[in-house]
Amino acid sequence: MSVLSLTLECQGDSGFALQVDCTVPTRGITAVYGPSGSGKSTLLDCIAGLRSPQPDSVIRLGGETWQAPGIAVPPWRRRIGYVFQDARLFPHLNVQQNLDYAITRRSSPGDIAFEQVVTWLELQELLARTPDTLSAGQKQRVAIGRALLSSPQLLLLDEPLANLDHAARQQCLRCLQRLSDELQLPMLYVSHDIEEVSQLADHLLLLDRGRVVEQGSLLDLCSRLDTRLSHEEQAAAILTASVAQHDAVFNLTQLEVDGHPLFVNHLPHDPGQVRRVRIPARDVSVCRQRPQDSSILNILPVTLSEIEDTDSARVLLRLSLGSQFLLARITRKSAVELKLQVGDPIYAQIKSAALLMEATDLA
Amino acid sequence: MSLNHAELEAIYLTIALASITTVLLLILGTPLAWWLSRRRGTVPATIEAIVAMPLILPPTVLGFYLLLLFTPDTALGRLWQQLTGTQLAFSFSALVIGSVVYSLPFVVQPLQSAFQRIPAGLLQAAATLGASPLDQFRSIVLPLTRRSFVTAASLGFAHTVGEFGVVLMIGGNIPGETQVLSIALYDSVESLHFDEAHRLAAGLVIFSFLLLFLLYRSDRQIGWRVRA
Repeated sequence: MSVLSLTLECQGDSGFALQVDCTVPTRGITAVYGPSGSGKSTLLDCIAGLRSPQPDSVIRLGGETWQAPGIAVPPWRRRIGYVFQDARLFPHLNVQQNLDYAITRRSSPGDIAFEQVVTWLELQELLARTPDTLSAGQKQRVAIGRALLSSPQLLLLDEPLANLDHAARQQCLRCLQRLSDELQLPMLYVSHDIEEVSQLADHLLLLDRGRVVEQGSLLDLCSRLDTRLSHEEQAAAILTASVAQHDAVFNLTQLEVDGHPLFVNHLPHDPGQVRRVRIPARDVSVCRQRPQDSSILNILPVTLSEIEDTDSARVLLRLSLGSQFLLARITRKSAVELKLQVGDPIYAQIKSAALLMEATDLA
Repeated sequence: MSLNHAELEAIYLTIALASITTVLLLILGTPLAWWLSRRRGTVPATIEAIVAMPLILPPTVLGFYLLLLFTPDTALGRLWQQLTGTQLAFSFSALVIGSVVYSLPFVVQPLQSAFQRIPAGLLQAAATLGASPLDQFRSIVLPLTRRSFVTAASLGFAHTVGEFGVVLMIGGNIPGETQVLSIALYDSVESLHFDEAHRLAAGLVIFSFLLLFLLYRSDRQIGWRVRA
């Protein structure tokens, strides 16, 4: 498996210099996550060749060198696909012609068939239309299709969903998910939306002011206490769960996380499907005894595996549930009164409502 | 109303001059306008100012300097004489060179502003899809600026037809060689042949009006409006 290796220095637009030295696994989706102005787009532009980094920078994908001292392969000779935030469809060409533009210029026939792309991205109805008649979501799906049809070795996506409304965003996410399931194509996905990242990404590259501050598997990074992610207000653990059964009477779906049941609002998925569930730390509380007569449905036996003070009032707990982890943010007062110690068997209470939105969004 | 031989010759000469000049202007003006549209700084600003000079200089000033440049005493004049065996000043070729210089801003400026309206992002997208710069120009820029090319060519052509001062200075008034319409008209008036002058003047008025009318009425779809 080829690897994308980056040793980059580049002056950014907002005063800082991008300084990156890392390798990116070229399998699945790697999210480049960070606040606005942290250098995410600059990084993508350097990889694409649209922006020139410092002369001693090196960019390699597998056996190919795109950038090194004395070497700068121009963008049109790099086999990349680039999906921009603003679609950038050619206004004088209709959708079909926009897609053909990529096909006639690709260097190898590639293994992605036109019909396949049209089906995956639901473009059939749009082929004869011109870009100015398309909605933002439709434009973006065409742009993704166009990038795929250039038969890239690497797909770069720069906040492709940022300008879309909720429904269009869900449709695009579904399409991207399908692409990453069906294709062996590595993707670098820039986003500042943690929910998008949680749904799509396998790996995470966390950027801040031009530097890589965290890097690794998304599920692992999200459940650790020593990362910047878990200290954000919206910190959340991501768990993989399989659909166990549907409860038609109460309109609920029962998921299974490492053998433990987890109830969420009814999902359209067939039993056996594996999905991700995002559980925000602020929606998890803990107790010593299993609460009786509680309105909370999801009470899971967990083991306290780590405690970290986040500020003077609150602590963050890492709770192991089988091989996976939950995060819980509680007050320091509660932690002291419950005499919480690492290794304690305790119960985690999860508000169902917290799961609901995230889980249905996974559709 | 029939045209005499000298008038027909003047019309033919004018059309030949304007056509050759327009073709040369498009060949030279397109890359120049593209370069100017993508650059900022002292050097481009200098070039831009030089290109725009004929807009404000009296044509006689331009004609005077070009005439000095074309005499056999200069390097250019000598080179021309060696290559062709004829003198450059007071020749049809001198008119072509003078017209190219004189009408350059009328071609470069519409093209430059059209090129500036092409969003850089579109060209970046084309580059990531495998299009080389020449390919980007052919497949994106040209189709998006078609209307401006029609405008530039029409203005260049019409402006060349209407020039007088430069032609008089560097071409003189040689029938069949440098006597274009505007000069023939001047000649007629000088010799008090007002009938002849009327025919030529009215012809020029009608021609200019028709060209501009067709240009402004032409299908707006000939070019695509691009939102920046």
